[in-house]
Amino acid sequence: MTSHDTAGASASWLRRIDKERVVLAVAAPVLALAAAFLVTALVLVATGKEPFNAFSVMFDYGVKSDSMIYIANKATTYFLAGLAVAVGFRMNLFNIGIDGQYRLAAFFAAAVGGALNLPGFVQIPLIILVAMLVGAMWASIAGLLKVYRGVSEVISTIMLNSLATSLITYLLVDGRLGVLDKSTNVISTEPLPSSSHFFTIPTGSGLDPVWGFIVIAALAGIGFWFVLGRTRFGFDLRAVGRSESAAQASGVNVKRMVITSMVLSGAMAGLVGMPTVLNDTHMFTADFPSTVGFTGIAIALLGRNNPVGIALASMLWAFLERGANRLEFEGYDKEIVGVMQGVIVLCVVIAYELVRRYGLKRQQQRVGAELAAQAKKQEVAA
Amino acid sequence: MHALVGENGAGKSTLMKILYGMQRPDEGTIAIDGETVELHSPADAISRGVGMVHQHFMLADNFTVLENVTLGAEKLYGIGAKARAKIMEISDAYGLGVRPDALVEDLGVADRQRVEILKVLYRGARTLILDEPTAVLVPQEVDALFDNLRELKSEGLTVIFISHKLGEVLSVADDITVIRRGTTVASVEPSQTTPKQLAELMVGSELPSPETRESTVTDIPMLTVDGLTLCAVDADGMRRAVLDDIALTIRKGEVLGIAGVEGNGQAELVEAIMGMRTPDGGTITLDGRDISKLPTRTRREDGIGYIPEDRHRHGLLLEAPLWENRILGHVTEAPNSRRGLLDPSGARRDTERIVAEYDVRTPGIEVTAASLSGGNQQKLIIGREMSHHPKLLIAAHPTRGVDVGAQTQIWDQIREARREGLAVLLISADLDELIGLSDTLRVMYRGRLVADADPATITPEELGSAMTGAAAGHLETAEGPEEDR
Repeated sequence: MTSHDTAGASASWLRRIDKERVVLAVAAPVLALAAAFLVTALVLVATGKEPFNAFSVMFDYGVKSDSMIYIANKATTYFLAGLAVAVGFRMNLFNIGIDGQYRLAAFFAAAVGGALNLPGFVQIPLIILVAMLVGAMWASIAGLLKVYRGVSEVISTIMLNSLATSLITYLLVDGRLGVLDKSTNVISTEPLPSSSHFFTIPTGSGLDPVWGFIVIAALAGIGFWFVLGRTRFGFDLRAVGRSESAAQASGVNVKRMVITSMVLSGAMAGLVGMPTVLNDTHMFTADFPSTVGFTGIAIALLGRNNPVGIALASMLWAFLERGANRLEFEGYDKEIVGVMQGVIVLCVVIAYELVRRYGLKRQQQRVGAELAAQAKKQEVAA
Repeated sequence: MHALVGENGAGKSTLMKILYGMQRPDEGTIAIDGETVELHSPADAISRGVGMVHQHFMLADNFTVLENVTLGAEKLYGIGAKARAKIMEISDAYGLGVRPDALVEDLGVADRQRVEILKVLYRGARTLILDEPTAVLVPQEVDALFDNLRELKSEGLTVIFISHKLGEVLSVADDITVIRRGTTVASVEPSQTTPKQLAELMVGSELPSPETRESTVTDIPMLTVDGLTLCAVDADGMRRAVLDDIALTIRKGEVLGIAGVEGNGQAELVEAIMGMRTPDGGTITLDGRDISKLPTRTRREDGIGYIPEDRHRHGLLLEAPLWENRILGHVTEAPNSRRGLLDPSGARRDTERIVAEYDVRTPGIEVTAASLSGGNQQKLIIGREMSHHPKLLIAAHPTRGVDVGAQTQIWDQIREARREGLAVLLISADLDELIGLSDTLRVMYRGRLVADADPATITPEELGSAMTGAAAGHLETAEGPEEDR
């Protein structure tokens, strides 16, 4: 590319950043958050509590350094869950089954990791690969059922969640894939050898480290953006999401795309349990974090299926949960945070739809106006 | 009877939407029966006696005529014998010939339109708005429709009639309003004007003619379809052939026109050639290569250009910007991508070129496709397909909903590409376009190619009657064997 080209490209790039669009893009989340805080404040007032004190408690506590580390670690998991859901959302597939996919994936990955004792640079990728494969396979069942039997992925993934729970319960038994720790009476998979512990980022004395898996999560986010935004495959996938019929006419094999994106979504779901397994518990226990998949749906909605948005949303989510623990100390019901999260999602969905419709209408009017102006100019010239 | 004519995007539909209360005007007033009214919703419009027959019918296929008419208007005459009596009364009064118990899905296009008209009258409309009512009808049906409309007029009803077909407008309207770019440019009386003058008023240019002058047909077959058969399950759960043993050849430089009433298998034929449907039998050969088993993408890469019948469903991503729409369908080809990766700057640059060359009227290439008017969307699609130098162009209703100026341009482009050896499969409901543009004509009826005709000698009326299945074989006014064409 010559320098002239580059200059031209950057000029057109500047032109593309249209002030109004930026305002609209920022307006929706800001509007939604403001509305959500207002509603939560009203709920607090209705229960006879002082709302602003609650918010300041949450905020003060949330910006403490140990809270920041907690938030970073928690957000890593949530970010991956959000990405997994977003892969499906981008092509109008609703993968509710992230929850079952990541738990099953984490379970098998932990079992494989516990059974082997290889050098870390072999074993850690192997564990991650197993997790992605299991997640992908579990999700592909829903994809295949949709393509060949017309079963809605919403129904089949919900049922696969229950199946995953049962399967784990069945296998996580002493003598099958589980081992009973006699001292604590807890059943888990065989603990990972220390060579398979993922690196951590030390943060200072007396503080927990930040999980090294945050690096993998960031890579996954970049990969997500690149594949969807910059490859032919990503274009096809987005085309199917925007209009299945137009995508088919353009030459996309829609059936194959449904299966592929389910597989991708499941593979991404496989990563969701990895920060916990590799950085934290180093085993799969019966109390392994659950329902993260559903959190992922909320986060994908909040982040508008965009990696940056999902990152911000997962941090917000982790921040709120951190604050919930503190609120309890201060005499508030920690369930108020659940209310807040629910209200945020609702507000975001509504606000985005309103802003989207307004933006479309506005654009049509502007196109009309500009064309009329052009026409006038021509007439004057003629 | 008042006719409204104008280019696409001139504001006809917007005006009609305002009259029907679907959109609010920024300023100005509407007076019905001398009384200034404000219409906030279609319900308001209906209560003021304004009814609209949409271009795309709004009927529930699995309901009977009676049910469709009473749907949403149950309070007027109930849904039983009283409603039936009222329907029959209206039907007889205006000669609509509607059967209240027939299922809508069994009705033809013309019958459905009569049901739509009846629906509006049933709600007490005194002013009828018809949006391009003749676009889907064959000439005989158009005449019948006009008889119905004249009947309505004689009973004192007002009819507002939107059309692109100037000949029709002149024959049926009492008053004509021409609008251009959102303003009234002229009000004329049909007796004082000619189609040519009307067209000039509309676009300020001469009336385009689709006629092709010299033949460019060569001997080299480009597309050969043989024994193509496709079965589909219809609404009754019956499996029947929608394409029955189709055989056709399009040679380089030839335009093959397919005439037929919509729904006789044209859409299925296109989709089978595009690879969007899997036929049950037969072969498709493009430029000597058997493409019957190839996926849609390979067929497009091999040189099939596609102008779909329904551009919103098959041709565009409405919420995507224009440059992404330029990629659609050609994502594997330059300038859109290189080695698996998209090339957004290449696509953007080429979109700018298409916008300029094909006169797509838009303020920029970052606006969504949805914000363009229909004609400009179509120009974008044609520009996109032509940019990849197709060997075969499938053009389904290429000028439907396109203004007169753009129409000429599209015809010119097809003609020019034909001269360079492009083979074109043209499907159109506009018989003048078919006759004017085609080198060869075939008539499709119930999934079969039942007749063929020479565009040099056939008239729209003859073609129209063949489309209803009345004639088969080689259509010719004068006697003579087929070889002598």
